[in-house]
Amino acid sequence: MWSLFLRDIRLSIRAGGGALTGVIFFLAVIATIPFGVGPDLNLLARIGPAILWIGALLACLLGLDRLFQADREDGSLDLLVLGDDRQMLALTVLTKCLAHWAGSVLPLVIATPLLGLFMNMAPIGIGATALTLLVGTPAITFIGAAGAAVAVALPRGGLLISVLVLPLTIPVLIFGVSASYGAVANPDPFLQPFLILAALTLFLAVLGPVAAALALRHGTD
Amino acid sequence: MIAENLGGERGGEAVFSGINFALGKGQALIVTGPNGAGKSTLLRVVAGLLPVAAGRLLIEGGAEDFPSVASACHYLGHQNAMKTALSVAENLRFWRDFSGADFLSAEQALAMVGLDGIGHLPFGYLSTGQRRRAAIAKLLVSRRPLWLLDEPTAGLDKASEERFGELMTKHLDEGGMIVAATHLPLGIEGATELRMGEVD
Repeated sequence: MWSLFLRDIRLSIRAGGGALTGVIFFLAVIATIPFGVGPDLNLLARIGPAILWIGALLACLLGLDRLFQADREDGSLDLLVLGDDRQMLALTVLTKCLAHWAGSVLPLVIATPLLGLFMNMAPIGIGATALTLLVGTPAITFIGAAGAAVAVALPRGGLLISVLVLPLTIPVLIFGVSASYGAVANPDPFLQPFLILAALTLFLAVLGPVAAALALRHGTD
Repeated sequence: MIAENLGGERGGEAVFSGINFALGKGQALIVTGPNGAGKSTLLRVVAGLLPVAAGRLLIEGGAEDFPSVASACHYLGHQNAMKTALSVAENLRFWRDFSGADFLSAEQALAMVGLDGIGHLPFGYLSTGQRRRAAIAKLLVSRRPLWLLDEPTAGLDKASEERFGELMTKHLDEGGMIVAATHLPLGIEGATELRMGEVD
């Protein structure tokens, strides 16, 4: 499993891996918002966490279609499915998700503090948003894996995956944003939505790979 | 391994039915037939990548190491299942770790197919025949009794074909089994032949 993780990380940082596409998209979205909203610093600070979360969510969806498709095209997916008796397919999927997260989504989290400055956010708000993203984005990847597995046979599955996955990620978005606000706006709680966000991630870490494994198993032809 | 009255379908349409064969240790089965006769489908059904539509397929004497056909087989399909961005040795090492039951090291396996000294090159730099040979080396890095080969010699030159024939003979001598779908003679002595698409 460790070797699969390392392989996918290597692939994501080598030529054509697309680890940076997500970050650049994220950067583009966040950098244009202040121009669109105008120079109202208070407004920017207020909508900051939400914009960062939406930007990160969309950037997460961007690379998902390649999660299994690249493996399918060169025949690796057949062998990964065949290995089910030795390495449980759901675990294989979980490993691939973690590698995808570490390779393409973790850079978004790392870029968040810088982009938070664009939105004139307070340091504590930036910290809270980065923390919620760190905890919440794996959930998006896990849901996305199920979507990617369903659409693996489609040549232009990217948009379909986004449409399939987006409604399911709404709870993650809601609790992520409300936890981020909870850290800045005083009466709102931080800990409760944050814990629910963590619970969502843990829950989906089990459900997503199992669903994806099922879809992959029946999707081979 | 025994197949009884095996049937396979693709996209809801029956491709073949009533296939019977039994394969013991050290035996090979060559599947021949015109394009579209269902050779690849048969291999995928045997590997467990497609559901068995009719009949049954079982493997005996696999003990706990190889309880099912899927766990006992190496599947070499049309694609090579290697990443172009990684080096040949990295690719092989990954499949060795992932498949378990280590056999030869990546370097030894490459030497067996006559590709020694190019392990450091990215897989994408290789020619078609070299890619195929690297994929054949993948059969050697972990131990599996059953090799399922789909057009294994596609793109190979004469010398590599002979070398691959020797590798297969060696595998059979060690008690392995081979099911190969092909149009070309593979150079295995005493293999049974299964013709598909002629009886209707």
